[in-house]
Formats: sequence, structure tokens, C-alpha cells
Amino acid sequence: MSNSALFLVVLITAVIMVMGALILALLIAPKSTNPLKGEPYECGIPTRGLSWVQFKAGYYLIAILFLVFDVETVLLFPWATIFRSADVEGLMLVSFFLAVLALGLVYAWKKGALEWK
Amino acid sequence: MFHFKIVTDWIDEFLRTNLGEGWALLIEFILTGFAILALYAVLALILIWAERKVCAFFQCRLGPTRVGPWGLLQSVADMVKILLKEIIHLNHADLRLFRLASFLVIIASLCTFGAIPFDRGLHAVDFNMGVFYLLAISSLGVVGILLAGWSSNSKYTMIGAMRSGAQLISYELSCGLSLLTVVILSGTMQLSQIVEQQADGWFIFKGGVPAIIAFVIYLIAGHAETNRGPFDMPEAESELTAGYHTEYSGIQFGFFYLAEYMNMFIIAAIAATMFLGGWMPLHTPWEGVNTLMDYIPPVIWFFGKTFFCVFLALWVRWSFPRLRIDQLLKLEWKILMPISLLNILFMALWVLYL
Repeated sequence: MSNSALFLVVLITAVIMVMGALILALLIAPKSTNPLKGEPYECGIPTRGLSWVQFKAGYYLIAILFLVFDVETVLLFPWATIFRSADVEGLMLVSFFLAVLALGLVYAWKKGALEWK
Repeated sequence: MFHFKIVTDWIDEFLRTNLGEGWALLIEFILTGFAILALYAVLALILIWAERKVCAFFQCRLGPTRVGPWGLLQSVADMVKILLKEIIHLNHADLRLFRLASFLVIIASLCTFGAIPFDRGLHAVDFNMGVFYLLAISSLGVVGILLAGWSSNSKYTMIGAMRSGAQLISYELSCGLSLLTVVILSGTMQLSQIVEQQADGWFIFKGGVPAIIAFVIYLIAGHAETNRGPFDMPEAESELTAGYHTEYSGIQFGFFYLAEYMNMFIIAAIAATMFLGGWMPLHTPWEGVNTLMDYIPPVIWFFGKTFFCVFLALWVRWSFPRLRIDQLLKLEWKILMPISLLNILFMALWVLYL
């Protein structure tokens, strides 16, 4: 059996599971409407305004750093698979690549991008 | 040795001879779906019960004792209760994204679950780039969590989702890099191949020091990935009520709860597969011990190792105080990340020269 078809089967199973449970819950769970019930939870105090606001820029920085290093991980996987046939030469090339990345990490560190302020 | 491949092959042959090719395939697909679903649900119930019991014993309590013998049916009762709870409609939420979030979280965890090799022939998907698939599909969960927090339009969920997003993506790097060291050692990304290669020794023994470092890093990073234990900043009860799923009620909350527990299992199962030999029995230089070990069915080996890793996760969770967010990011970016980068080179040299 092809793996892609089985992946689809698992995916559809997940969707069916969520759908089924939701429909079952909608059928057997009690319903009572009340405008106050739909208010966001905030310790009982009426909420002020929306929550879709600006948030700390530090999270953004983390996301950018993640992007850089995650792409690097993706690039390293094919090399790891053929590591034995690539031998020392491949290792030298990848060490160079890793050194550039480590430099990036050192740069971010020195610039204070890793500090949480 | 008894392998599930015998059973699955027998079912396959039986269906193919009695029905046509197409019907057999269809029934096999349906059976696979049901098997995955049943295993997922049962394991989640067992894990929730185990967590409550273990936590209780750590705190010198008894835990659930009323429903069923030793409280075994407690989590079943909880699931029934959660199904019977009202699903509250929020006033200002982005309802479409709000519903989509629970789908994404479950899809991410169930699709990862499907790739775990429980035994020879007992896995739903077995891609030749399995490790890659695991990393890719499990990171889909972050999107679900961010969506959940953003779409419910509440301050608690917003802060919870942001913290969770930052934490999950940070620790994913160390997870990926420590799995990479295993790929260097094995030279393949197919999970079943990786397990087969550990027949003469688990990777944690074969890989020596770098493999042990990678294993420890994977356990720490994986634990952070599940949003639990000392890394439960995103849902710190005392500050954020329940973090990103504060606004979810009834079964929709249940999905997040289910996914959280199953992610713990999945992390433990991947750790067992990649480092502790999956369903391979422990093989030593002594022939007598090997034959004895081979008598234990592979499925028991697999679950034994996995539950050992799960127990470690529970132990850590109930022993350490919560980290602050700056400590959390410092641990990842300044300690785990440089170590795992160096560890890759270390492992490469180890494989080449030892």
C-alpha cells in the first residue's frame, strides 16, 4: 500500500474523529443561551475592548531566529542521510556551513537578541 | 519472535483472496483508520489516569479511587462528562478559526501518532523520510495553538498563545538537531529502518557519548514541546487561568487536553524509537540473555520503553518549579542550542573515526 494514501487515511481519520465528537456533543450537550455567557473570561470583570492588540516585539525576534535555524536543520537532513558516502569531504563542507550559522548565533547573542527584555 | 507483521500480512492476504483488489484495499484503509483511532483514544485515557495516579503518589495522596478498580475508569467517566458539557458560543471570537484550531491540534498529533512503529508491520505510515515527516507534521500543532489563542479574543489566551508559540518553536530546533544526530548515525530517515538497524545494539549504546547527549537534549526539548512540567509557562494556572485554551469548553477543550497527553506519549515514543531501539529487545554480548530477551514480545518492549520515558516526563513535571520566560529562552538559545550544534560535529567525528 502506498504511504501517501495511508497518510490521507490517517488525516481523514483525524478530521472524522473531531467532527464526530463535535456532532455528538452538539446532539447530547445541553444548550442555553445568555449574552453574558459568551463574554471572554476575565475573573468576572467586564472586559474592555478587543484583545487583538499589539504584543511584545520579543516574540517576533524569536520567530525570526527560529526561521533561520529551522531552515538550516532542513538543509542538514539530506547531508545526514548520505553522511557515510559523503565522508570527510562532506563533513568539511558542512562544518563550514555550521560555522557560518554559529557565527549568526554569536552575532544574535552579542546584539542582545537572545535576552528577554 | 512474534511480530504483528504476521497478523497484518494474514489479514491482507485473507481480504485479497476473498474480495477483489479494490474492496480489500478499501477495507484495509477503514481498518487502519479504526485501529489508529482506537489506539489513540485508549492510550490517551490510560495516560490521563496514569498521570493522575503518579502525581498523587508523588504528593502522598491516593489519586482517583472511586470509579472502577483503582480508579481505572476515572478518565472514561471524565470523557463522558466532557461530552455532556455545553459548547459555549463566544461573542467576539473569530468562530471559524476558533473551530479550526481544535482540528489542527488533533490532526498534528494523530498524524504524528500514525508514523510511530509499534512493531514490525504495525505502523500506519512509513515514509522513507519518516524523521522529516515527524518534525514537519508535529510542528503543525503550533499553528493550532496560536490560532486558538488568537481567535478566542481574550487576554489570557492571547498571552498564552504567544508564550506557547515562542516556546514551541524555540525548542523544536533542539528536537530537530538531536534527531539529526541519530540520522547521522543511522544513515536513513525511515523509522522502520532505524529500528531494524538497532538489532545489534540500541543507538544510545552504539552512538556512545554524543548519542547520550542527544538523548538528554531530546528529552528536555521534547518535554518543553508538550507544554508541561517546568515549562508550562503558556498555561500557568496562577497567571493565565488555562493559557491558550481558556475559552474552550466541553469537548473542544477535550481535544486540546487529549492532544496534550498524546503529545507526551508521542515524544516518549519517538525517544524510544530513535534512541532506545523501538520494539527491538535488549541484546547483549551474551547469547543466553539474548534468547531470553527475544521471548518478550516486541510490543511489550516498545510500550515498556515508551512508558519509561513517559514516567521520566511525569517525574520531572511534578518535581521542578516553573521556569520564567527569560530562563526558558535562555535555556534553549544559550545552552541547548550551542550544545546540539556542537554535538552534530561530535557525532560526525564519532561515526567517521570510531
